[in-house]
Amino acid sequence: MVNAAQSFNVSLRVNGTSTTLTVDTRVTLLDALRHELGLTGTKKGCDRGQCGACTVLLNGRRIKSCMTLAVMHDNQSVTTVEGLAQNNKLGKLQKAFIKHDAFQCGYCTAGQLMSAAGLLNELRKPTAEQIRELMSGNLCRCGAYPHIVDAILEASS
Amino acid sequence: MQPFSYSKPTSQPDAIASLQANANAALIAGGTDLLDLMKLGVTTPDQLIDINGLALATINVADDVTRIGALARMNDVANDGKIKKTFPVLSQALLASASVQLRNMATIGGNLMQRTRCPYFRDTAFTCNKRNPGSGCAAIEGFDRGSAIFGVSSQCIAVHPSDLAVALVALGAEIAIAGGEAERRVSVEEFYLLPGDTPERETVLQPGELIMAVIVPNSLEARRSVYLKVRDRASFEFALVSVAVAVDLKGTTIRSARIAMGGVAPRPWRVPAAEAAIAGKPATMANFSAAAAAGMAGAAPARLNRFKVTMAQNAIARALATATGVQ
Repeated sequence: MVNAAQSFNVSLRVNGTSTTLTVDTRVTLLDALRHELGLTGTKKGCDRGQCGACTVLLNGRRIKSCMTLAVMHDNQSVTTVEGLAQNNKLGKLQKAFIKHDAFQCGYCTAGQLMSAAGLLNELRKPTAEQIRELMSGNLCRCGAYPHIVDAILEASS
Repeated sequence: MQPFSYSKPTSQPDAIASLQANANAALIAGGTDLLDLMKLGVTTPDQLIDINGLALATINVADDVTRIGALARMNDVANDGKIKKTFPVLSQALLASASVQLRNMATIGGNLMQRTRCPYFRDTAFTCNKRNPGSGCAAIEGFDRGSAIFGVSSQCIAVHPSDLAVALVALGAEIAIAGGEAERRVSVEEFYLLPGDTPERETVLQPGELIMAVIVPNSLEARRSVYLKVRDRASFEFALVSVAVAVDLKGTTIRSARIAMGGVAPRPWRVPAAEAAIAGKPATMANFSAAAAAGMAGAAPARLNRFKVTMAQNAIARALATATGVQ
């Protein structure tokens, strides 16, 4: 039997900045972002891949950061909600979310934004119907879905 | 999660050697099911072997046969133009699975190896013969609404959760396996075991073996194929019932059809009685309904899942209608 607990050095490029962490093998990418790097914009909701609050872009593709280990992503690139604004100016998705009041409590919003960013990388001009299907991995318990769809439609126009 | 060591081999022989050196090691690729089970304490490996460094992610659609590497991501396969055209049922089944984020992570091999969603299997507070052989089955006489209606035993009534596997059975696909004395191939249909008295044994994969690829024969039927998934909500949910059909249609007559169901059995459930009943018949709604009814012979629902019999029957008829363009 192999005996267990191990720590590894992991180099990540997060929002354009390279950083090296030492993490226990059990640390998820989500917990590494929040606890090791202090990037608490990314939220832990269910921690089971069901709610989407932890959505980030990994090498440009949206994933659920709670369902993968930090140690698996050495030399990879992560974008979190903190990386959406450029030079202190909100990105168009963020502006559209504010304009359309696409949230109430805001807990799911970082995940919604990152998922929407991933969606617009996949499909430049989604229809409202496509948005509803392709955003189904992000739950909003306040039920702001119609406004979220409107915001994404505007950001893609 | 319990402590575990980690390694990331860069060659298939190294990965297999690591796997064979430790009976309590697990392979990880997407991790979307394994890490869930580890957080729940259902699965407790002391070593994870990360196989993402292996060159097994290629999708190769050739003239006669298609090879999809075990590490190809679900979304990449689902959105591949050639896959969509050659195997609509495969793309549709994948796009009806999970959410985009999970499909960007999860692999074809991992999808085939995912564990059941039976709530009693996934909660260590309950008995489960699959998780803890001999402890009993809390699902039998429990909340069995999602449980199987075919292929059950007195030990286990859990259903297999994969949509992909159902589509692959309808397509007559095989799984290429390495790690034994020689590379071997097993049909997806024979890959999964029924629970019987050993519900903890789910596949014919032996310890130390690795899925390398899925091999799908290109065929006329495959081009006229459909996946229909019925679930409690419109998206991001496992199937109550699903149906994959692949039809060889000549004019308005069905020469042959392959039909498989998901959400109804401990493995993807091929429906030979329905296939036999529709072969050689005109493509009409009446014939589809009769074939679907024939496919329900032997159904053994539990208390809360009787509705699945009617639902499955209707779903088979509708899937055949969709595949053939019959109203």
